[in-house]
Amino acid sequence: MDAIRTDALTKHYTVGFWHPRPYLALDSLTLQVGAGEVFGFLGPNGAGKTTTLKLLMQLIYPTSGRAEILGRPVGDIDVKRRIGYLPEQPYFYDYLTAEELLEYFGSLLGYAPAERRARARRLLDQVGIGAERRLQLRKFSKGMLQRVGIAQALINDPEVVFLDEPMSGLDPLGRREVRELILGLRDRGCTVFFSSHVLADAETLCSRVAVLTKGRLVAEGRVSDIVAFRVRGWELVVHDLADATLRRAESVHHIVRATQIGDGRYALELPADPPPERVLGDLIAQGAHLVSLNPLRETLEDFFVRQVGGAAIDRGLGHA
Amino acid sequence: MKAIRHVAVNVFKESVRDKVLYSIVVFAVILIATSYLIGQLTAGQDLKIIKDLGLASISIFGLLIAIFIGIGLVWKEVEKRSVYTLLSKPVRRSEFVLGKYCGLVLTLCTNVAVMTIAYYGVLAYLQRIALSGELATSPAPATDPAMLKAIVLIVVELMLVTAIALFFSTFSSPFLSAVMTAGVWVAGHFNDDLRNFGALVDLPLVARLTRAAYYVIPNFAAFDVKNEVVHAQPVPLGYVGITTLYGLVYIAFVLAGAVTVFSRRDFK
Repeated sequence: MDAIRTDALTKHYTVGFWHPRPYLALDSLTLQVGAGEVFGFLGPNGAGKTTTLKLLMQLIYPTSGRAEILGRPVGDIDVKRRIGYLPEQPYFYDYLTAEELLEYFGSLLGYAPAERRARARRLLDQVGIGAERRLQLRKFSKGMLQRVGIAQALINDPEVVFLDEPMSGLDPLGRREVRELILGLRDRGCTVFFSSHVLADAETLCSRVAVLTKGRLVAEGRVSDIVAFRVRGWELVVHDLADATLRRAESVHHIVRATQIGDGRYALELPADPPPERVLGDLIAQGAHLVSLNPLRETLEDFFVRQVGGAAIDRGLGHA
Repeated sequence: MKAIRHVAVNVFKESVRDKVLYSIVVFAVILIATSYLIGQLTAGQDLKIIKDLGLASISIFGLLIAIFIGIGLVWKEVEKRSVYTLLSKPVRRSEFVLGKYCGLVLTLCTNVAVMTIAYYGVLAYLQRIALSGELATSPAPATDPAMLKAIVLIVVELMLVTAIALFFSTFSSPFLSAVMTAGVWVAGHFNDDLRNFGALVDLPLVARLTRAAYYVIPNFAAFDVKNEVVHAQPVPLGYVGITTLYGLVYIAFVLAGAVTVFSRRDFK
């Protein structure tokens, strides 16, 4: 049984007050996400990612098509007991403390007072805000609210968890912690469906991804299937490289780009073919020392750029 | 049912921590407590004035709470998107609406109870000091329990106003909801005039519209027995019962409307 399944899921909105016209937010999305997968739902801003998540949470109703979670139609009360959801830029009742909020959600899930208190404390410790658990949420920063949001999504040890831009508002340390948390969820068999426009997260976390643009699914599959992962070049970093040696190497070998990164220290971009050994051998013979040699592979970001085009990049895509 | 209870308790918690609400209740209690001074300005009518002013305070301040909290109850959750997380939990939209309603009614009842205690406290004090000798001639004691009938009907009226405010807040902004709720409340107090308005104008369309409004808008005047209890006129328990039932039926219809609208809404 699929953990999540959508079948030709479509959503039209009506936009414009004086001249109402339909706006296609999601166009016939058909997806299957298996149990235990970490599934990345990618796309630029306005691609339809949040619309899809709202349809799966039944916060909006589809114009046509259907969606199921754990084999039941979305909105099923029993299914809601088995899932967790972090909305994009979550906002909670600011008059409650973090602990009270989690206990409130625990009460809605039917836990006894002692049980929900224990869960709230454990989760707040887990997301790193255990010390602030008795602070009213109105005093929380955006990053802290994001952590509370993640904690509430996990209050019921969900079988499937939906995270809408989970890294949003987090500092680098917070992002790393969330990555580890998602991998921890995967290890205990939880299905994770997360939307993001931060491709590095998807590359390091996801077993499969789907790429959405302008409401349409443009690619779906394993990251390794979507991206060829062919070596498109090499990055060679050397030090103690004399200027004359570099000039001579540039005249003899094909060096795509040479960037000075320090005194006598250079990063050289080499083509995939011929292999880099000859350049490296020449430079070492001239007194340079090897710092690193890394293959340059096509990334998910390269794929993403190809699919959604430059306009989307201008709107703020890329690694965060 | 449990979900309704938990949502209601959360609304109550929000109200308890709301400084604006405190201010309203404290102001009302102060007004009731000082009505003794205002009553002294009217020679010979002290007790009636105090009774009247106290009941009016309970009614007006209750109305303020009902409208100004009622209009924001659902709207605020949708606008600030806290409803997204809540509805991802095992809570039906109908349970959410009803929980919100019950929470506000609980808040209202608590506030009315506080105001009633203050009201009866002032009246008991007056009874003890036998204000102006008027008590001797008054047909009813200062702490006449019959005034509770008026307070019960005030509560039912406030419950109905809350339901109407909540209904409007499921699909419109707080400002529009406040205007529409206040409009219904005012029109409801002139309900009899609406019925007879058709006879005064020679326009069949207007007559039909006012007649329709008469049937749709609840008759709020029916809940107002303040004059009767202040002047110690009898208010039969049967009247209180039937009017309460009338209010509850209206509330049920209005809440059914609120649930229907909210259940079909897209949270864009």
